[in-house]
Amino acid sequence: MRRRSLPPRLPGLLPAAKPPAAAGGPPKPAAPPKPAPKPVIKPDPWTSPLVEELQKRFPGAISEPVIFRNQPSVTVARESLVGVSEFFKSDPGGAYTFLTDETAVDYPKRPKRFEIIYQLYSFKHNHRLRMKVLTGDGEKVPSVVGIWPAANWLEREVFDMFGVVYEGHPNLKRILLPDEWVGHPLRKDTDILRQDEAWVEANLGIKSGQ
Amino acid sequence: MAEVTYLDADELVINMGPQHPATHGVLRVKLKLDGERVMGSECIIGYLHRGIEKIAENRTYQQFAPYVDRMDYVAAVTNGMGYCEAVEKLLGAELPPRAQYTRMILAELQRIASHLLWLGTHALDLGAMTPVFYTFREREEILKIFENYCGARLTTHAFRIGGLQYDLYDGFEKDVLKFCDTFKDKLPEYEQLLTRNRIWLERTQDVGVLKAEDAIAYAVTGPVLRGSGVKWDVRKAQPYEAYDKVEFEVPVGRHDGWGDTYDRYLVRLEEMRQSVRIIRQSVERIAPGPIFGKVGKIIKPAAGTEVYHAIEAPKGELGYFVVSDGTNHPYRVRVRPPSFVNLQALDLMTRGHLVADVVAIIGTIDIVLGEVDR
Repeated sequence: MRRRSLPPRLPGLLPAAKPPAAAGGPPKPAAPPKPAPKPVIKPDPWTSPLVEELQKRFPGAISEPVIFRNQPSVTVARESLVGVSEFFKSDPGGAYTFLTDETAVDYPKRPKRFEIIYQLYSFKHNHRLRMKVLTGDGEKVPSVVGIWPAANWLEREVFDMFGVVYEGHPNLKRILLPDEWVGHPLRKDTDILRQDEAWVEANLGIKSGQ
Repeated sequence: MAEVTYLDADELVINMGPQHPATHGVLRVKLKLDGERVMGSECIIGYLHRGIEKIAENRTYQQFAPYVDRMDYVAAVTNGMGYCEAVEKLLGAELPPRAQYTRMILAELQRIASHLLWLGTHALDLGAMTPVFYTFREREEILKIFENYCGARLTTHAFRIGGLQYDLYDGFEKDVLKFCDTFKDKLPEYEQLLTRNRIWLERTQDVGVLKAEDAIAYAVTGPVLRGSGVKWDVRKAQPYEAYDKVEFEVPVGRHDGWGDTYDRYLVRLEEMRQSVRIIRQSVERIAPGPIFGKVGKIIKPAAGTEVYHAIEAPKGELGYFVVSDGTNHPYRVRVRPPSFVNLQALDLMTRGHLVADVVAIIGTIDIVLGEVDR
């Protein structure tokens, strides 16, 4: 559970309840006119020659090409991830030779709960692109270490923090937490105060303080 | 069965760290040695892991801002700047020019301070005792300016989402320009001690060679990438704040397509000069005016929006990926730390070198373990 609420206030600090207004009091002033509804801020659809080329070469693999704050993003089907990644890296229209970052976001209520996010950069076009892959709990994601070697540690971190398993990774083990740790802290259903009490007691000799 | 003694061992695995003065924190490097030569290495990290990304999900946007200072604790100003800008980008907020130039001045001062700390400790690792006393003397002047501006020297929390908390104090410009004037004469002092020093050249040239294509493949950024001859800087490629309005050069190493420890040393020295140039121009252009943009006290970016924003921190590209679910808490904050990604190239750079050179190579990547582990 996320702890969002503030601690309860002391009763003495709460404002005293107002006495009910006497019937037949002064008439209420007319309600002010409603403000105009705010424009909805959301990503716009993105069109580019690169997306058209991708849809031609990998029919059905690309969905939701959107752009927000001038940052384009595409969602790629898990099965065609390696093919699309190679295309992104080698196609002269993209030339995304630089994998800036790879991470994940957990949406536990969705049927495919993890979004794996690749931030690509192209020196040739000075352009960034966000590539997303949706995956469920326990489903394996193909590794992109063979395409961008920088993914090695980044994928290990996603495995460590979210428990996403990569297929074809040369050395998939925990990176920040100890190897024997149980649990994946950045999943939304892991409480911020949760620790692996058994590990802490066995290795540090202390009872978990929380 | 033949008895195996230590004399028969031709390969040896040793641990360097986690408690070792040359690893700049709690980094443990497992080295596989053949005699004195390194055959391969593996980094074991995570000793300083504090779960900063998890903390972000449990704090409001403003509450999380002080935490980012604790990642790269020798460059807190740039860390905070990157986070504030990422949230501002998510909101679509514009900053008044005074806030932009103030941020640039402080960020470039921080870059100089971070590079000075690097230079002093890197030289100390390689056996040169003197530079650290000189570099800390100049760093002290920068930290005094920070202290006068926001009250803190190390974990500054200098900026707020939407602008600045404090306007500049009286005499800020004078202090900054005075530092620039004196620093101009200090840089040659360091160069005199190191640049043509025979021992320094022997210890740094052809040590930790990184080819440009390897640097790109391993997503190395910052002075390490530029030392390998790739002329790329986030401030030039995708300018933020007002970096497109000031003039500065992006230094690269001496070679085309590869770089060694000496190249990275030269790049960082030149970067300090360029930072002074940026500071001088920013001080000239800073004019009275508002210091806060149109950002409310309650920050609630639109649901389902996300943004990746990168800045050029002293150590490389520092990126923040912020996802909003429409509440005043970020749904997810991902920090792309330059130290973490750059450290990955350590194995490649140490192969075939002597154990003593590993110290030089760890130093030249310029890592801060607080940022590696978060």
